[in-house]
Amino acid sequence: MKIEQVMWLHEEHELLLEELCELSGLSETELRELVDYGVLAPIDSDAGHWSFTADRLVLARSARRLRRDLDLDPHGVALVVTLLERVRDLETELRDLRARLPGGGAG
Amino acid sequence: MKYKDYYAVMGVERKASAEEIKNAYRKLARKYHPDVSKEKDAEEKFKQLGEAYETLRDPEKRAAYDQLGSHRPGQEFRPPPGWERQFGGGSFSFDDIDLGDLFAGMMGGHRAGRRGGKVSIPGEDYEVTAHIALEEAYRGTEVDLELTVPEYDESGLAHRVRRAFKARIPKGATDGQRLRLPGKGGKGLNGGRDGDLYLNIALHPHRLFRASGHDLFLDLPLAPWEAVLGTSVEVPTLGGSVRLKVPPGTHAGRQLRLAGRGLPKPHGGAGDLFAIVQIAVPAVTGERERALFKELAEASTFNPRGHFAQEAAK
Repeated sequence: MKIEQVMWLHEEHELLLEELCELSGLSETELRELVDYGVLAPIDSDAGHWSFTADRLVLARSARRLRRDLDLDPHGVALVVTLLERVRDLETELRDLRARLPGGGAG
Repeated sequence: MKYKDYYAVMGVERKASAEEIKNAYRKLARKYHPDVSKEKDAEEKFKQLGEAYETLRDPEKRAAYDQLGSHRPGQEFRPPPGWERQFGGGSFSFDDIDLGDLFAGMMGGHRAGRRGGKVSIPGEDYEVTAHIALEEAYRGTEVDLELTVPEYDESGLAHRVRRAFKARIPKGATDGQRLRLPGKGGKGLNGGRDGDLYLNIALHPHRLFRASGHDLFLDLPLAPWEAVLGTSVEVPTLGGSVRLKVPPGTHAGRQLRLAGRGLPKPHGGAGDLFAIVQIAVPAVTGERERALFKELAEASTFNPRGHFAQEAAK
């Protein structure tokens, strides 16, 4: 059986604006809105041609699904995505603290 | 074809109004949306909800669905005679057709004939969680994946096919890491690009190590005298055991860092391993041990609670 190669979605991989649109299913307008609302930030916002770190694709896809499935307007999407990011950050912090506790916080 | 009770999925009555159906969708979507929900099986439940809503929100699809009658969910059934001519736009075999695919392919109450269309439709993306052991993340591994994706026949009707393949997860992954397998999702239509498969990496809990990002944490129990006098201990790591020097006067909770002994990072380097000191208290049963501890207690001027008295004196 052929073994499939994977692509990392992390900070060291970059995606162009068009690539992020194509892969997330968001239109360029929608993506620019998310940037305007401060949900997504290009690597260099002064650059003529925007690019993003690949981990942002996870967030952009999430935004697309929320808009499509929950019938949210752009402000609503921005708010939900921002809150989800906060939840994710807190979960990461919680996992880190648990890892540091003797017994993993279990006993 | 297997029957699905879309009204039951949405928790509404068969005579529910369009407004009631919409409200039920909104309520359940908030509960089960995979991006928001922590419910078990949220993904699957949301998929069922979406399928039910897509059919019931459209008056013509709903009418077509209602004419199928009411059956037990999962029960094999055949549409009433003439149904496919009225709604399907042709006759075809229903044997291996998924009810959801049948309605998804309808437009305005008639089958859209996806293949003949001019609009290119990108293939659907899929998400799968791959559970791997910490050792596998350390070395890199291969995972077996299986997906059920729709494929379209000449008449544009979807058939569910199982696709199995192996994916190589290079070393460097950690908990929550996302990977993308380009083109491994659903097939695109009319020149649309193929969908992607997204892998979410989840680490199995390990007996010894706890991961946070690429750093690892390990409990290191020390005997009281080892902590006081200092020692050198053998510590397990994912790359084999190493010697760790414990300095004299090491207190409980101290994190001794073993640089670069954590999980490898995707582009070189590695996280660290932290050994967290715990003072293990022996169950003293021997006469001699007990006598030595008593002697120590009498000889020592150490007061671990000196700061209590200082606070009280203020």
